[in-house]
Amino acid sequence: MIVELQSLRKEFGDLTAVEGASFSISEGEVFGLLGPNGAGKTTTLHMLATLLRPTSGTARVNGYDIVREPAKVRKSIGMVFQEPSSDDLLTGYENLKLHALLYGVPRGVREKRIKEVLDLVDLWDRRNDLVKHYSGGMRRRLEIARGLLHNPKVLFLDEPTLGLDPQTREHIWQYIESLVAEQRISIIITTHYMDEADRLCDRIAIVDHGRLVVLDTPENLKRQLGGDIVRLEIKEPNLKAVEGLSYVKKVEVKGTSVFLTVTDAGAHIQEILSLIGKVDMAELRPPSLDDVFMHYTGREYKEEGEEGGFWERAMTASERR
Amino acid sequence: MSELSGFYALWQRELKIYLRERSRIISSAINPILWLFVFGAGLGSEVSVGEVNYQAFIYPGIVVMTVIFSSIFYGAYVVWDKKLDFLKEVLVAPIGRSTAFLGKVMGGATDGVIQATIMLVLAPIFGVKAGLSFALVYLFLFVLVVGLVSVGLIIGSMMESPEGFGLLSSFVTFPLFFLSGALFPLTNLPGWLSAFTELNPVTYGVDAIRGLMLGGYTFGLLPDFVILASFALATIALGTLAFRRMKL
Repeated sequence: MIVELQSLRKEFGDLTAVEGASFSISEGEVFGLLGPNGAGKTTTLHMLATLLRPTSGTARVNGYDIVREPAKVRKSIGMVFQEPSSDDLLTGYENLKLHALLYGVPRGVREKRIKEVLDLVDLWDRRNDLVKHYSGGMRRRLEIARGLLHNPKVLFLDEPTLGLDPQTREHIWQYIESLVAEQRISIIITTHYMDEADRLCDRIAIVDHGRLVVLDTPENLKRQLGGDIVRLEIKEPNLKAVEGLSYVKKVEVKGTSVFLTVTDAGAHIQEILSLIGKVDMAELRPPSLDDVFMHYTGREYKEEGEEGGFWERAMTASERR
Repeated sequence: MSELSGFYALWQRELKIYLRERSRIISSAINPILWLFVFGAGLGSEVSVGEVNYQAFIYPGIVVMTVIFSSIFYGAYVVWDKKLDFLKEVLVAPIGRSTAFLGKVMGGATDGVIQATIMLVLAPIFGVKAGLSFALVYLFLFVLVVGLVSVGLIIGSMMESPEGFGLLSSFVTFPLFFLSGALFPLTNLPGWLSAFTELNPVTYGVDAIRGLMLGGYTFGLLPDFVILASFALATIALGTLAFRRMKL
């Protein structure tokens, strides 16, 4: 186990940000912490990175205790923060060199390693440009490269695509995927994007209000719902008729929409439609993590106030100096 | 080993940024030059201190003023580092907080010494000849700057916003400057003013540097050095503590 949380808990005054989570992450795994903003994902990550002291409990990262051996933990991890944290008055290369010196990367391998990680994120050609001339996506890539520079055992990615446009997000995802394929490294990603977690992660922990709700592979999480989702637009649904059916696992009404969780839905849709009444519109789709979230928390997945997004941060940053 | 290379890296970073911001270098040089030419020449046409022309008398004081302002103001960059989250990159690295602090101090001290050099090349214009004792001038400037930069960094580590920093730091810089004897001789001061100047560590920097350039010490070179060195060591100790307590 490369990361092991043991009742890791953090309180800020009266607020419990993380409620004693215990789970472990194995080597080479891509692990997702998924939840709405304010769920305690970043707090958990900051505790694992020794930037925050837990109120109680502890964790081991690469075998080192985060409370008692913070320096060894720091050497074992690479951190990509939610907000841009490179120096925009230095070039991409200079930012990496600074990082190499801070982490004591030996002189002999320093230049080779810088070239390797810059190649990995396709920034070698732009290495001598000041970071303030980089786009948001390039800057994020540079910081991913920086997080990898000292050959960490675990890479932490805190909201790696927050505030980026869809095309740039796709690129970042491809870089993360190639990283997983080429480097032997464990990755912990926090995200509030369901699709991101679904695509990148081997296992996902869904967190809500500081509580670990459920933890499993994306496939299992979706399978546990017991079927596909049938959404019907219907004014006068005959719910009684469908509720008794053995293959209908769950019935939920939201306004004029009826959501049914149905086993082997393709084979049964005809029967449902004929029983439930006059349908204006019908949709059949495999379950998504959104449905999983709703299933476990009883509410829809909603943004709860934006934490300072990447671009807002970048905007304030450009007003500097 | 990463403590040493980390220290070096942080120092290099500050130096690079300083040299890349020419406007910062030039603007910090303009005010002192105005003081020398306008205030110095204006009063100097009527006033002299002992044998020394007033403009030449305040010249060492204005060199010190340059480093007071640039060194204390340097603390604002910690506030910026916090806002930009660059500080997180430093604090998550496997180096101690004291190394992070000392790297910053060294960077600021280098900036301050370069800034002072810009003023020192003007010495001949004001009829100041220090010759070999310039090496000693640099030693005193360096020790003074280390202390002042540490004070700036302590303020910076406590403040959340650049505006707050500006407000608090002006309460520090102006008394340090006006109560240092940079603009007037320390002999025959009223008792209360004399007490304030003697409490101000900068006074001993002005005394030493003026003595080296123009001759005539109020306190003497050795006492000046002991007091300045103690000031620098005390502020380094406090600054390390402040950096340890600093929250993200």
